[in-house]
Amino acid sequence: MERPLDHSNHCAIQTQNLRKVFKSKVAVGNLSLSVRRGEIFGFLGPNGAGKSTSIKMLLGLVKPSGGEAYVLNVPAGDVEIRRKIGFLPEDFRFYHWLTAAELLALHGRLSGVPAATLRERVPAYIDLVGLTPHRDKRLQAFSKGMLQRIGLAQALIHEPELIFLDEPTSGLDPMGRRLVRDIIRAQRERGATVFLNSHILSEIEITCDQVVFIRDGEVVTSRDLRTAQTEEIRVVVRARNLTPEMIAGLATWTTSAVVEDELLTLATLSQDVLPDILRHLVAAGADVYQFTPQKLSLEDLFMKIMGEDRGL
Amino acid sequence: MAFWTIAGMTFREAARKKILWTALIAGLGFFVVFGMGLHYQMADFTRGSIPPFLQYQIVSGMLMIGLYTVDLLAVVMTILTSVDTISGEIDSGTIQAIATKPIARWQVLLGKWTGFIGMLAIYVALMFSGTIAEAHWIGGVVPQNPVTGALLVFLECVLALTVTFMFGTWFSTLTNGVIVLGLHGLAFLGGWLEQMSGFVEGSRLVTLGIVSSLVMPTEAIWRRAAFEMESPLAGSLQFSPFADISVPSVAMIGYAGVFMIGALAVAIYHFQKRDL
Repeated sequence: MERPLDHSNHCAIQTQNLRKVFKSKVAVGNLSLSVRRGEIFGFLGPNGAGKSTSIKMLLGLVKPSGGEAYVLNVPAGDVEIRRKIGFLPEDFRFYHWLTAAELLALHGRLSGVPAATLRERVPAYIDLVGLTPHRDKRLQAFSKGMLQRIGLAQALIHEPELIFLDEPTSGLDPMGRRLVRDIIRAQRERGATVFLNSHILSEIEITCDQVVFIRDGEVVTSRDLRTAQTEEIRVVVRARNLTPEMIAGLATWTTSAVVEDELLTLATLSQDVLPDILRHLVAAGADVYQFTPQKLSLEDLFMKIMGEDRGL
Repeated sequence: MAFWTIAGMTFREAARKKILWTALIAGLGFFVVFGMGLHYQMADFTRGSIPPFLQYQIVSGMLMIGLYTVDLLAVVMTILTSVDTISGEIDSGTIQAIATKPIARWQVLLGKWTGFIGMLAIYVALMFSGTIAEAHWIGGVVPQNPVTGALLVFLECVLALTVTFMFGTWFSTLTNGVIVLGLHGLAFLGGWLEQMSGFVEGSRLVTLGIVSSLVMPTEAIWRRAAFEMESPLAGSLQFSPFADISVPSVAMIGYAGVFMIGALAVAIYHFQKRDL
């Protein structure tokens, strides 16, 4: 059953049955999602899942073939609401004949920031992304990583309420990635909503509050990463004297248990049962040297949901 | 406000990419060659016994050749400099960062168009006034209606610009260039064929010329401009780009204006509607 769209103020993005068909190719099948204000939202899916097309529809770059989309409570594509939206496109390209400072000033002006404010803000944002020594260099002399940084600054220069970042860390070195992560978190602290599309799942995992997995333009599942809820907990146990009866007895608490020499790998749905498992093993005569619960990583989860054969 | 920012950016882009300076250097080269040509012609007159009346007509003809060259340069430069503006930015994705700003797409297109119009106005004014000034100082001749002529050539450039913008909202840079230059070539051919109609009364070549002008009216505008500026003798030169055998009517100029506005409306409509 379809839920009615929530037009209250706590949703930054709402879509229902959003669809885009290019000629005969369905790029986005039936996208229904909702992003709360003030959260960092991860948008995950394999190549060709319709992520970029979905973002473009939310930004008004691509017209939907069907369905509804609301951004900051107005229909997606509204021109005026873009004052409150920032966007870093994937593989950011801009007029290479501009200097970094000119680019930011131009984007600020186009976003309606007064000239007096820009005089202070441009150097501040160039500094924020670590490009102060390059502020008067033309973009044609910039590396890919530097372009990503200045692209991020242009998405933030007007201090938007909602920021779309499409692969913001691609082309960045580890220091650059950390900088981007810190900036994204600072934006959340400012109260902004960040819609993040990234292939780097470890980045998503430590940055996002909420993630959705999409395939063929439809949400497959979503996860709230703040509550650290994952489907199962994997436990790696190194022990001697493991017997088949002992392993069979674990079925009370576990969904799977595999023994390979001294290594027992088991999966359970709740961490509350971990002491029971350990007690069972010790009581049954096993010598336990290691008992390590492992949270299912986002990457594991991704592979599990999307299937091993679907590449990123 | 944002509209003017886009228009100003187009100017700055032309300056930064050295398009403006290259065009100005090419223009200076033209002035040097044209001035030398006039100078040598005047020197030749002092050695021969050509009557002053004929001398005046010959130099007037040279002035028309100069202005025709300016016209060709202006149209080709218009197409070459603007061909990448819309289509190239769509192809590369550069337009995405602009089209997501709080500015309507029609303002983006019209802002860029206005920027080019400003540059074209400066270019045509400089090239026309320079050519006419040289012809006046060195050869002592002036065209009949220079302002009307310059305005018509400017209209021709604006038309070429607008058609380039229009196809740029559909096709890639290269395809766009091929289409617009091809259309201008068609108009050019039609114009010449129309001049050949002087041999026979009621020649179908006139119809062919008119039809090609209806498809792309650029050359028709030049022929009207030439008619406005030329001396009677230059106009009577058969098979030349400024012959007055079949002069496009005022109605054709009106049609060109409507054609241009229509092309601009289509460009805006399609750019507004298309996916980026």
